[in-house]
Amino acid sequence: MLAYILRRLLYAIPILVGVNLITFALFFVVNTPDDMARMQLGVKRVTPEAIEKWKAERGYDKPLVWNGAAEGLGKATETIFFKKSVRMFAFDFGRADDGRDIAREIATRMGPSLAVALPTFVLGLFATVSFALLLVYFRATYLDFAGVVLCVAMMSISGLFYIIGGQWLVSKIWHLVPISGYAPGLDAAKFVILPVIVSIVAGIGSSARWYRTIFLEESGRDYVRTARAKGLSERAVLFGHVLRNALIPILTGVVVVIPTLFMGSLLIEAFFGIPGLGSYTIDAINAQDFAVVRAMVFIGSCLYIVGLLLTDISYTWVDPRVRLG
Amino acid sequence: MTDMLAFKPVLLWSDALFFALLAVCAGGLWWARRQDHLRQAWLRVAASRSGMASAAVLAAFVLVALLDSLHYRPRLPDAKADAGQRAAYAVEVLSVLDLALRPLKANTEKTYSAPLATHLFAKETLEGGRDFPRLRHGGVHLRDDLARHESDVVGTALRGAALGLAAWCVFLLAAAGLRRRHPAVAWDAILAALLGLCLLAGPAAALAQGYHVLGTDKVGQDVLYLSLKSIRTGILIGTLTTLIMLPAAVLLGILAGYVGGWVDDLIQYLYTTLNSIPGVLLIAAAVLMMQVVIDTHPDWFATSAERADARLLALCAILGVTSWTGLCRLLRGETLKLREMEYVQAAQAFGVSRLAIMLRHILPNVMHIVLIAIVMDFSGLVLAEAVLSYVGIGVDPSTVSFGTMINTARMELAREPMVWWSLAAAFCFMFVLVLAANVFADVVRDAFDPRGSR
Repeated sequence: MLAYILRRLLYAIPILVGVNLITFALFFVVNTPDDMARMQLGVKRVTPEAIEKWKAERGYDKPLVWNGAAEGLGKATETIFFKKSVRMFAFDFGRADDGRDIAREIATRMGPSLAVALPTFVLGLFATVSFALLLVYFRATYLDFAGVVLCVAMMSISGLFYIIGGQWLVSKIWHLVPISGYAPGLDAAKFVILPVIVSIVAGIGSSARWYRTIFLEESGRDYVRTARAKGLSERAVLFGHVLRNALIPILTGVVVVIPTLFMGSLLIEAFFGIPGLGSYTIDAINAQDFAVVRAMVFIGSCLYIVGLLLTDISYTWVDPRVRLG
Repeated sequence: MTDMLAFKPVLLWSDALFFALLAVCAGGLWWARRQDHLRQAWLRVAASRSGMASAAVLAAFVLVALLDSLHYRPRLPDAKADAGQRAAYAVEVLSVLDLALRPLKANTEKTYSAPLATHLFAKETLEGGRDFPRLRHGGVHLRDDLARHESDVVGTALRGAALGLAAWCVFLLAAAGLRRRHPAVAWDAILAALLGLCLLAGPAAALAQGYHVLGTDKVGQDVLYLSLKSIRTGILIGTLTTLIMLPAAVLLGILAGYVGGWVDDLIQYLYTTLNSIPGVLLIAAAVLMMQVVIDTHPDWFATSAERADARLLALCAILGVTSWTGLCRLLRGETLKLREMEYVQAAQAFGVSRLAIMLRHILPNVMHIVLIAIVMDFSGLVLAEAVLSYVGIGVDPSTVSFGTMINTARMELAREPMVWWSLAAAFCFMFVLVLAANVFADVVRDAFDPRGSR
């Protein structure tokens, strides 16, 4: 098991190197730092001095991958590639355009992101699985049909509608919770509750339908028929047999997102004014702060790889037949 | 107005690709008619009521998008343009849809006005104190007889509905004729969907002569016009993205599954790497970079329409890059299974080359997965466009799309009384489009998936 995890972690290195190369190519090769400077300072009427100053402030004034002017090892290290891309492996992301340390900013913003994402994930999973089980319990009845129609209708509605509609209805008309904002500690509850509910409702349509398919496939198996023939109640069959065995396909989709919960949801955080990583990313995109976007891409990839690893490990936990070696 | 016929056709890249896509679809359907198993599958789709109803709705949307893809630049009414001189053309690129909806496009108001209103939404200082000023175009035909407003609206709507019914009767007759030749097709579902469309479009068209049916937006543009224009953007993003990613996904998926070895390792590495970058961030990074490229090369584009078009296509390409991995993995898995089938082994034993096996024996047998992926991805992409445009990494702000409509309208919910019509229109149009696509995708999947699982 340990050997497997170690091997998977080693396998992650080339992937991270690949991600790093892609971001490097996107941010520095497709566009030279001069282009970025001109974009930031305004395309017209920009002096070469201003561009040089902008680049020097951000450390973009070095050669891209090879510094012929430097001494010894400096030929490779005194470059944009080394300073900006290789240093990411040490989680050193440098500074944002407003001068703040990105790594520190990320650490402080993780809390609010998790405060929204974690309840959304746990409660959402619970709500979706229960809803799907309910549909399976009433399978081949009008109730099941209506449920599926509801799911299809719900997944056809734009996520923006749920957010805007939820804010309008709950906050503006009913005045139940503040429209947006955040407070640390327990006060966060009143700010977090609406985003959590909105994201659960927005996601329930497609996932419940998908889980229902999995449950139905599973409940057509022979062992389920055997269980029913033994005289087990429908509830015992659903929870004890169908749910347990359907966990494997569900886990594939679910466990992989657990680590990325740290990243928060861009939309939800932007709309509800949660000072998490999602809104940080959106602000960076709007301000065209390339350093922050680059850092978030790297962190996102790291978390995704951790998620893949967790998925594999969780298989051994739900399915004793799976052995990792 | 002098000579609208004198125009210069403009073929934007996205138009060309869209026409190519429609041609491929038509060709594919024609080809499928001759293949027995495909014919059976499409007949299953045609016999499905929900499938045919959603297909009719989708066809209406595609028709609007098609009209909106026939672009031209009108000739400027230039007095000096003699026979010897080259005619000057307007910089603005118009489409046939613009021509059909010319009154809607031209009749702009000053700012917001509610659906079917006769007065502006905001008070202004007039001669007789502060009041709501009359609209420039909405309800002008009523003159000062405002008491007639309601009865006029109802009357016009009823007349429009009658016209819609008359148009529907044409479809009814056509369907009656076709039903005899193709009895298996669910004509009643098509007719029901068309009846709904006619009853909506008829009154809307009749009312649009004198009113702004869905109101006007912040700068006074007709919301119905904007909604209809948004359809093209949504459909293009939903289809062109798949079209762009398809060759790479199919080629790499089959190659990885059939050849195996280091090719498989390399392709798997490629898609795991791309997959591990959070999609939104990759799109954001790529769009930011693309913006820099477009902004630093203004000389590449003759008109602003071309620039917006380039950005739309680039967005499709980027969305394609982030979304081909799923299909690629599916195809790899299916190819791995097919490789061990007896008929492929037989072909190998006969000494058929690898390329021929992949083309003749593997590719046709994974096409159903490709088709299912295309129709399943469509609705997600339409929804994604709205979100991306909202975040500011979507289409060009000058391109009319559901996302830009929602983005410009969303702050106005805070107004008192609130401006709800732009948002409602964008969401409703998007909902109908995506719902039809989702239902159609389900029917296609059920018909083509050999496992027959739901």
